[in-house]
Amino acid sequence: MGRLNVNLCGIELDNPIIPASGTFGFGYEFAELYDINCLGTFSFKGTTRDPRFGNPTPRIAECTAGMINAVGLQNPGVEKVIAEELPKMRQVFHKSVMANVSGFSVEDYAYTVEKLNACPEIGWFEVNVSCPNVHGGGMSFGTSPAAAAEVTRAVRRVTDKPLLIKLSPNVTDIVAIAKACEDAGADGISLINTLLGMRIDLRTKRPVIANKMGGFSGSAIFPVAVRMVYQVANAVKIPVVGMGGVTTAEDVIEMMLAGATAVQVGAANLVNPYACRDIIRDLPAVMDKYGIETLKSIIGGCK
Amino acid sequence: MKQGFFEIIENTALTASVYRMRLAGDTSDITASGQFVNIALSGKFLRRPISVCDVEDGVLTIIYKVVGAGTAQMAAMAVGEKLDVLTGLGNGYDLAPAGDRPLLLGGGVGVPPLYNLAKRLIAAGKEVTVILGFNKADEVFYRDEFAALGANVIVATADGSMGVKGFVTDALPTDYTYFYTCGPEPMLRAVWRATKTSGQMSFEERMGCGFGACMGCSCKTLTGNKRICREGPVMRKEEIVWEG
Repeated sequence: MGRLNVNLCGIELDNPIIPASGTFGFGYEFAELYDINCLGTFSFKGTTRDPRFGNPTPRIAECTAGMINAVGLQNPGVEKVIAEELPKMRQVFHKSVMANVSGFSVEDYAYTVEKLNACPEIGWFEVNVSCPNVHGGGMSFGTSPAAAAEVTRAVRRVTDKPLLIKLSPNVTDIVAIAKACEDAGADGISLINTLLGMRIDLRTKRPVIANKMGGFSGSAIFPVAVRMVYQVANAVKIPVVGMGGVTTAEDVIEMMLAGATAVQVGAANLVNPYACRDIIRDLPAVMDKYGIETLKSIIGGCK
Repeated sequence: MKQGFFEIIENTALTASVYRMRLAGDTSDITASGQFVNIALSGKFLRRPISVCDVEDGVLTIIYKVVGAGTAQMAAMAVGEKLDVLTGLGNGYDLAPAGDRPLLLGGGVGVPPLYNLAKRLIAAGKEVTVILGFNKADEVFYRDEFAALGANVIVATADGSMGVKGFVTDALPTDYTYFYTCGPEPMLRAVWRATKTSGQMSFEERMGCGFGACMGCSCKTLTGNKRICREGPVMRKEEIVWEG
């Protein structure tokens, strides 16, 4: 075992670095630039039962130290993901992948997970109950403990693979929701999804984004993410995957000290397509600097 | 797609708000006219996508308009400074269907990508006509540069202060075999309606990554959903779906 290894819900990762869903597609755009098998794994583009075009454009707005997106879960639907995207992914990525799934009803989530469950390349499910960009779906399940638990139970019934629930930060009590998911059978919690945000164009005096609001991500949200990971990791017994504004190897260590077993990198991939490769390369030297022998040993190390 | 560091070897104003920047670096991934580059700027989160005006022997030429803080920052940069640039983005124009007498129509900062296109078409023996559209005479740029390539150049200005009074569509010649265009969306819609032949149109949209990962710039076409940064920015006239 190397210094960077971690174990996420029973599956060994060479390192804890996981590109976050929606910032890495199905991997092959990045595989043009570097061998993506250096990653721990990656979380593929959020997949729904039916194909979705997503929201009207503009879908992107820039912010200080971050960005807002309102893509709205554009994806080809689970059938095409299985028939077209996963075979293409397999050409360039040979480890277990994390399947990110969204839905608009409890039945949708269970349907999509059940379909994907037969794919051997999928190691984990990451069920997104936190998309801020879709009305009547996504985030509405993640803002109530009862609804999040209901989705967890429904998905739990159709898969034995490790099941992570991805939570929204746009809630009053993140701990109550995380505990409800744990009680309902989740194997892990991933957080945070984006913060609901908005920008207004001074020239047109209208929202920059066609959908008006969207999910704010990027380095600006890192302290919020560290705080929520810390709160949740101290309240549940299952592993936590931390994300939100992670950009550097130092951020990864901070997130793990807060309680994360693995760390996702999102918006940083869009700005520096080599971000994850660079973080993995930089980790040993940064660990040396802070006297850290193995990453495993620091999980939840901040008391 | 390639990431590289480019050194600024020229950064000059062409008009009050339009600048030409020439950058030295590895241009090997720029393979077609109409592709774009995505430039990282210090202190700005997202890169700035800018179309390629020309590329030659490791020198990349871009022409940009100062519209916000990012492009203002670019205008203030000095020769010798370095920029982190993603190159080889987008599909670019397909030269094959041009015919003998292609027509190129550019509006404002939609003009630059037509320069390398005109150069390639002329090198391939085509008789190229270029219509350059601007608001007024003091915003006109690259008229002489297109003429120097050997293109027939027509200028149209909205206020009539230079060339034909009106839009590029008010200056359409009667005889052309195919068209290529780039410009603001209202212009593209007008060109789409006014042209009698097939053609290719280059679109812009706010982008997140510029290389196909974020799905920020998607559009619907008759041949399926496309990412403007990846399957675009150039679309065939026949596949375009106008929204709204």
